[in-house]
Amino acid sequence: MNTVEFTAILGAGSLLAGFLGALTGLGGGVVIVPLLTLAFGVDIHYAIGASLVSVIATSSGSAAAYVKEGFSNIRIGMFLEIATTLGALCGAFLATRTPTAAIAIIFGLVLLYSAAMSNRKRHDHLAQQPDPLANALRMNSSYPVDGEAVHYGVRRVPLGFGIMFGAGTLSGLLGIGSGAVKVLAMDEAMQIPFKVSTTTSNFMIGVTAAASAGVYLSRGYIDPTLAMPVTLGVLAGSLLGARYLVQARTHILRIVFAVVIAFLGVEMIYNGFTGRL
Amino acid sequence: MAEALHNREADDRLIDERISIILRAGMVISAIVIAIGGLLYLLRHGGPVPDYRVFHGIAAPLTSVTGIVHSALQGSSAAIIQMGLLLLIATPVARVLFSVIAFWMERDFLYVVISGLVLLVLLYSLLVHGA
Repeated sequence: MNTVEFTAILGAGSLLAGFLGALTGLGGGVVIVPLLTLAFGVDIHYAIGASLVSVIATSSGSAAAYVKEGFSNIRIGMFLEIATTLGALCGAFLATRTPTAAIAIIFGLVLLYSAAMSNRKRHDHLAQQPDPLANALRMNSSYPVDGEAVHYGVRRVPLGFGIMFGAGTLSGLLGIGSGAVKVLAMDEAMQIPFKVSTTTSNFMIGVTAAASAGVYLSRGYIDPTLAMPVTLGVLAGSLLGARYLVQARTHILRIVFAVVIAFLGVEMIYNGFTGRL
Repeated sequence: MAEALHNREADDRLIDERISIILRAGMVISAIVIAIGGLLYLLRHGGPVPDYRVFHGIAAPLTSVTGIVHSALQGSSAAIIQMGLLLLIATPVARVLFSVIAFWMERDFLYVVISGLVLLVLLYSLLVHGA
């Protein structure tokens, strides 16, 4: 195989990952590392580096659309980004000291968790007593539902902040957006409506990933020849996915993709324990 | 009071729209630079696939902002791709910088401090480690 063929195959795989990630809302970044390590035999550090930059690309692409529609809450996002960026810096330093096998196993566990979270029923809690801290930070806001502004309050800000630090650490350690953990912090802990939490999470992923990118770059994790097809592929795939999102029947697709992710998770854990990565 | 609140929401909408433009522009520009570098790379290096199985770490100059800019200007295809990736990384940083300025203009100093903190963490990562 020459570089042109390799780039084309990797680009096509990344495109598919980005497309399915956008359609199912699970993000394409989460399957890039297993794809590179398990299917292409790439070292996990290069895989994490390529995945991280592709995550920034999709975040900017999707956030641009959502911010404009008024779903994302930039104050909540900005405040929680303090936690995610500090966590991401810690995670990036951890990545340089953690053995490959341990990274693979942690990655596998996060994949299993993401798969389990993806088919969970989500319900909104509106009209509730907000956290005094949320009032002080002016986080309570409204978002459009059928053309009308619906108000919401934000709860348990410190707990959400703490979970966000964890989400940032995972992002820096594994080169992923860790959207599933961000959603846990915002949906479950802070009880933000899911349309707002999903879009705000998307918006935060790019900044979180950018915080670990400097460390990754200086340690030589970001290989341009790998990152090029991965980033362009995932980006094109996620833009396409967002376009078809309205027509597609995503329910079955979500289940299929969740099963694929769970399978990759088991594979990562197995390869971590047997030392094959 | 109600009017002040209304103005704040209107200001926030304006910030949202500008953030949207920054993110979109950053994404498009970096994708174009990455694609140009990628095409040059494939035209010049059509041979066997490099070995990615063992991690050695990418060598300088592709590991620092100054090194990347320098070799991209000399026409190195790998450095041009890396330059595009840097622009991609810089996009969220530009968004945070814009937020600091926008909150300042809204006289929302609490959020000037909050977004300023985020900007400091980002600059620490990029300039202390990536410079």
